Amino acid sequence: MKETKIVVKDLNLFYGDKQALKKITMDIPDKRVTAFIGPSGCGKSTFLRVINRMNDLIDHVKIDGEVYIDGVNIYDRSLDIVNLRKNVGMVFQKSNLFPKTVYENIVYGPRINGIKDKKVLDEIVERTLNQAAIWEEVKDRLNDNALSLSGGQQQRLCIARALAVEPEIILMDEPASALDPISTAKIEELIHDLKKQYTIVIVTHNMQQAARVSDQTAFFYLGELIEFDRTTTIFTNPSKKQTEDYVTGRFG
Amino acid sequence: MEDKEFFQKAVNSKYAKKIGKHTRLKESLIKIFFAVNGTMALIFIILIFVFLFKEGFKALDHIGLLDFLYLDRPDASGNIERVFQWYPTSEEPRYSLIPLLIGTFLTAFPATIISTLLGVGAGIYLSEVANPKFKEFLKPMIELFAGIPTVVLGFIMLVVGASFFNDILHPANRLNAFVASIGLSFVIIPIIASLTEDALHSIPNDLRMASYGLGATKWQTISKVILPAAFSGVSASILLGFGRAIGETMIVLMCAGNAANLTSNIFLSVRTMTATIAAEMGEVSQGSDHYYSLFFIGIVLFTITFFLNLIAEIIINKMRKKNTF
Repeated sequence: MKETKIVVKDLNLFYGDKQALKKITMDIPDKRVTAFIGPSGCGKSTFLRVINRMNDLIDHVKIDGEVYIDGVNIYDRSLDIVNLRKNVGMVFQKSNLFPKTVYENIVYGPRINGIKDKKVLDEIVERTLNQAAIWEEVKDRLNDNALSLSGGQQQRLCIARALAVEPEIILMDEPASALDPISTAKIEELIHDLKKQYTIVIVTHNMQQAARVSDQTAFFYLGELIEFDRTTTIFTNPSKKQTEDYVTGRFG
Repeated sequence: MEDKEFFQKAVNSKYAKKIGKHTRLKESLIKIFFAVNGTMALIFIILIFVFLFKEGFKALDHIGLLDFLYLDRPDASGNIERVFQWYPTSEEPRYSLIPLLIGTFLTAFPATIISTLLGVGAGIYLSEVANPKFKEFLKPMIELFAGIPTVVLGFIMLVVGASFFNDILHPANRLNAFVASIGLSFVIIPIIASLTEDALHSIPNDLRMASYGLGATKWQTISKVILPAAFSGVSASILLGFGRAIGETMIVLMCAGNAANLTSNIFLSVRTMTATIAAEMGEVSQGSDHYYSLFFIGIVLFTITFFLNLIAEIIINKMRKKNTF
């Protein structure tokens, strides 16, 4: 096992009175792909947003417990959340590109970090688009509106945009759920390449996808972490009955 | 074949009920009723439009188009002097609309600038900063403010506002374009604030999430993502506010001083087109050149506000199309 990147201890999360996550404890390893699976409403997406404190933007959310990244408690009161989010990138279910050009979308993050040099920005654009395996497709369309790209291209552009701020961790919330099989395959291939450099956490509805891309898988059910193990173990020899029922398609 | 059997079923079928004559008549009456209601408003507007233009263009029979701009007349030493004056009741009437246009813009422009700063700021606060519960209370309050009769606002500015600015700024005239534009701002700020809030609110939350997810602060998100995305909506709100400032009558009539000065000094009395119509229409003899020239002012005013509203409408429609992400 590689070294641990994220440590979660006894995490509880409430939406108002409703408890959405119950006593979650898990260690997420560095430079691996960790998949979260489970039926709708099981809390897997909510848990993903715990890692970059995106839940802070939602009213009435209360969190207790501890989350450490590289030993730092990210729920420390004095922590700079903006800095945290720069280092923990996020790709959303629906591509949410800004209604700007391809180029402007990529350089948005670097610019707000104070990079003004056009040459540096150009380099970032080329590097991240290459990393996201979309450079060849859009290199002549950098000044087109990003919303004119196809759905699959938009999602890869979202990934490139997240990479542009040089995060260490990338959170993906069902990144391929709205895409066709070919675009999905491209995203999965991309995830495979990215894990050499980044710690990736991916939420997915698609169990085959989890089996294909991840190194370990966590199964959530009704706000609880039921089982967390190597992906092969989860899918071939799960230790809990609920996990087995879910991965074999008996419910969910 | 079963076909025969199938069609014989129709005799007793519950699907065979015919529509009654009575029902059909009622339906068509309802249709006509609403059609008349719907077109009535349009007909009235067209009639007003026709009347305004019919009366207004009569002014051109006696007064030339150029006379509405300036009058060349000999001064005391016999030299030809070009005057831009509005003295329609003088023995030598002068009908220049230039001082009135200047009066209108000298009140409407500053009012729009003040209202843009405060109104857009209030819109941003409502949409992006305010606690949702507080917003639910504040937004109707702001919109209610737009409903205060302008004569009341004008009265307050006339009595309280004018004295206040007189004491601190010592303007040449107590009632001046500046006082009127502050009064106008009270009407326009709620319009701009409310429409700006609508425009910002229509920006999908996904974009905010994308921006925060990249490590942007709230202010960066507002200034670099939300405002640019809502640019057309915000600018439409400003244009509509400006249109209202030009068309507003009571406040400028009460607070601008009503002297048709040809000036660029905001602290002098001015006279707007609207105030001219309101003040003089009651005393003018019907059918006189003066009477028709007031209608001509109406045409000018109508044209300006019509085009402002048209531009704003086009921009708003463009925004609607653009925001279907």
